[in-house]
Amino acid sequence: MSTPLLTARDLVKAHGPTPALRGASLELAAGEVLAVTGASGSGKSTLLHCLAGIVKPDSGTVEYAGERLDLLPEKRLSELRRTDFGVVFQFGQLIPELTAADNVALPLLLAGTSRAAARERAGEWLERFGVRGQEALRPGELSGGQAQRVALARALVTDPKAVFADEPTGALDSLAGEQVMTALIHTARESGTAVLLITHDAQVAAYADREVSLRDGTVADPGALPAGSATSAAAEVSR
Amino acid sequence: MSTRHILLGLLAGGPSHGYDLKRRHDERFPQARPLAYGQVYTTLQRLVRDGLAAIDGTASDGGPERTLYRSTDDGSRELTQWAGEIAPPAPFVTNEIFAKVVVSILASADPAGYLLAQRAAHMARMRELTAVKTAPGADLATVLSADYALNHLDADLRWMTTTADRLTNLTAEVHTA
Repeated sequence: MSTPLLTARDLVKAHGPTPALRGASLELAAGEVLAVTGASGSGKSTLLHCLAGIVKPDSGTVEYAGERLDLLPEKRLSELRRTDFGVVFQFGQLIPELTAADNVALPLLLAGTSRAAARERAGEWLERFGVRGQEALRPGELSGGQAQRVALARALVTDPKAVFADEPTGALDSLAGEQVMTALIHTARESGTAVLLITHDAQVAAYADREVSLRDGTVADPGALPAGSATSAAAEVSR
Repeated sequence: MSTRHILLGLLAGGPSHGYDLKRRHDERFPQARPLAYGQVYTTLQRLVRDGLAAIDGTASDGGPERTLYRSTDDGSRELTQWAGEIAPPAPFVTNEIFAKVVVSILASADPAGYLLAQRAAHMARMRELTAVKTAPGADLATVLSADYALNHLDADLRWMTTTADRLTNLTAEVHTA
């Protein structure tokens, strides 16, 4: 793998008394599409939140382009999330009062782009995701697949270095999910954006270059299944 | 898969020769097990013998002279009947992965290790098929065949995950007993 864009080492994070991560480590290369798979409760979403600088780990390190995210003040983290990272959730979390175009333009406006330029770029990104013509609609007027493609356009409009997608097709039927994934992957590859893709679905993970599996808050071997010393148990069964 | 019915289906659009049938088979069934020319000609001869197809002259199209075949009325009836018949849903559980896991258990080998390696191979194939079906300009036959394979590989993966879980639980039970 080339020089990592993002490196997490030994991340530990608990939600109250419940441990979510118990020493998870992984690397994401620039431009790489990496799937993180695992059963629900395995710590996938918490890992994404730590990597994207949304929450700080209790211990362990997250390094992005030479900066330690786990040590950065909130102001700098907030700036990075605006300029370098894009995030997409299972339910797009678009702002319901804003039109599709304004939702996509919002990150640019927050970064100081003029309204006219932001609207123009938003239009271009909506076109890339096949939702041109829906600019004036509000999220409630879009189908699930359209809303998710608007959310992707919003995540990519700032030309981020990395996009974090947490079960981006989890609420969609298979064909709408396929359109969303195809749009995400083609666009990310064109622009050289790295994608960290959280999913429990092997067909979604198959869009990635590589897969790591989380189990009980740690990253298992590549492509790992829940491994146990099954041989001895199997031997018992066979007798 | 029934090669005779596939060929009857390809003949439903009009007379054709073996070379063209082979080419159209490969277009309609991308990613299928390769169909040899020899098998095409043998099957056509059997269809003629059974009255389901007939020789319909020859054509050269500027190249070598080739025998044209057409479907007969009996062939059309046979095809319609076959296409509407329900395929037996998994009447026998015969699968190499399943067999290897059972044999690994019987032989005190390493079924969990095998499942791990098989899962990685399945994921690699799923990545290939996903790239094929999402490539710009992929035609419908390619997409349908990739979808079919992906869904079956995904079903295998889910079985493998459940089986690995069962093996782990079994290990825990054995160790605490």
